[in-house]
Amino acid sequence: MKLYWHYVRLQFAAAMEYKTSFVLVCLGQFLVSFNGFLGVYFLFSRFHSVKGWSYEEILLCFGIVLLQYSLAECFARGFDGFAGILGNGQFDRILLRPRSTILQVLGTRMEFTRIGRMVQAVVMFVYGLSRCRVEWTLGKGLVLALMLLCGSFVFAGLFLIYAALCFFTTEGLEFMNIFTDGAREYGRYPIDVFGKRILRFCTFVVPYALIQYYPLRFVLDRGARWYYGLLPLLSLLFLLPCYGLYCLGRRHYRSTGS
Amino acid sequence: MIQVNHLSKTFRVARRNAGVKNSVKAFFHKEYESVKALDDISFHIAKGEMVGYIGPNGAGKSSTVKILSGILYPDPGSQCLVQGRVPWKNRKEHVREIGVVFGQRSQLWWDLPVIDSFELLRDIYGVSPQAYRNRLEELTTLLHLEELLRTPTRQLSLGQRMRCELAASLLHSPPILMLDEPTIGLDAVSKLAVREFINKENQEHQTTVILTTHDMQDIEALAKRILLIGRGRILLDSDFAELKKQQTAEGGGSLDELVASLYRKFSICS
Repeated sequence: MKLYWHYVRLQFAAAMEYKTSFVLVCLGQFLVSFNGFLGVYFLFSRFHSVKGWSYEEILLCFGIVLLQYSLAECFARGFDGFAGILGNGQFDRILLRPRSTILQVLGTRMEFTRIGRMVQAVVMFVYGLSRCRVEWTLGKGLVLALMLLCGSFVFAGLFLIYAALCFFTTEGLEFMNIFTDGAREYGRYPIDVFGKRILRFCTFVVPYALIQYYPLRFVLDRGARWYYGLLPLLSLLFLLPCYGLYCLGRRHYRSTGS
Repeated sequence: MIQVNHLSKTFRVARRNAGVKNSVKAFFHKEYESVKALDDISFHIAKGEMVGYIGPNGAGKSSTVKILSGILYPDPGSQCLVQGRVPWKNRKEHVREIGVVFGQRSQLWWDLPVIDSFELLRDIYGVSPQAYRNRLEELTTLLHLEELLRTPTRQLSLGQRMRCELAASLLHSPPILMLDEPTIGLDAVSKLAVREFINKENQEHQTTVILTTHDMQDIEALAKRILLIGRGRILLDSDFAELKKQQTAEGGGSLDELVASLYRKFSICS
């Protein structure tokens, strides 16, 4: 953990070497996700609810998913460049260090420019919270924190799968973006909006619903069973197959060049 | 110290003929060919030895280094012990004991002063502050790094960078040093500095050195013993001085001619 912070410090120092670029990219990130907000806003200026979810509730949902995603992205983005790490031999170097390879891959790249997206997410999150008139209890606060934490881990798990597949193909797999970027875009609506089948897929295969739909119902008092608030914890199980796949890929690694 | 017995490594290489038609065909059905990069290699290296590992491009030098350093898994049945450990099984323990320099790749952070990379390595290897300070001082003096430490890597010349790379690979005082073409692209002064340093490191710490290179002067300056590898097999394991004596008896010539004649003798010209 201490080592991880060392990586964070260095990455930050490196990002500061190019200050103008840093500021501009932050701004760009902010504007891009602001677009998403506009989409929701205009939709609701015509319709007042989607499948029983009000504007404020959807906004909260969007804010939560965006926050989960940008947290994961900020710290686990090393995996996004994983194809490059494999291609240019940087992974050889990582294997030569007496530390966990995952930790080191995380350290190779951190996107502090995602702060722009994060700010956007925080704004929407706070706005959603203040507007949806929830009677706050300690339990609900904890569930919310759990959602953010476990949600980031689920997204990080998806990045890990992406990396594992790179071992086999040694190149980027854009189709994985369906699961990461796609989840971010569609995750602004509670999953049940998309119908039963998608909900089932997102409960048992890739646990998006566990970090969004079920606990959200708990927080918003929408006919939730008592255990809905604890479901984010269950989503962490998703990390096991992700890690397994990564280890399998690692054995398959065959280095490049001289 | 290093024992290698019956080491083999097979790669699967995708083959296809040129042209769009064939690339479409390969999309649906790929043809693979097995290539033996290493074919039943055995050798032993004792503590404190400096060994030159030579051979033409594609002979299997880098594959050997990568297996010895735990990066690649060899074929089943291969035996290899470095300090009593199997490199690819006890990766974390094993890599603490080795330092590796790839002449063609950098391990320093491109945008940050060299000292930042060093401090990260200190934390990665868990070197105690006291040991780190002593070692850094020693390396700084030997490699003349005083002024380089505060410069971002991107602004160093190749020669300066290579000196920093050497220091970075040795901060944790490993008993084994593997050098993969450490003098590639360097000017005469830098080459001499690197060679002199490696010699000193070997004398003072009895560091075992494995050196792969195409530069025969590196070999002459550093290695007493050479291993010649070609087509994945060890073809010659001999004392370098012996070889030179033999060559002088046969009429002399430059070092490069000596190697070329060896390659021709074993018909492994790439």
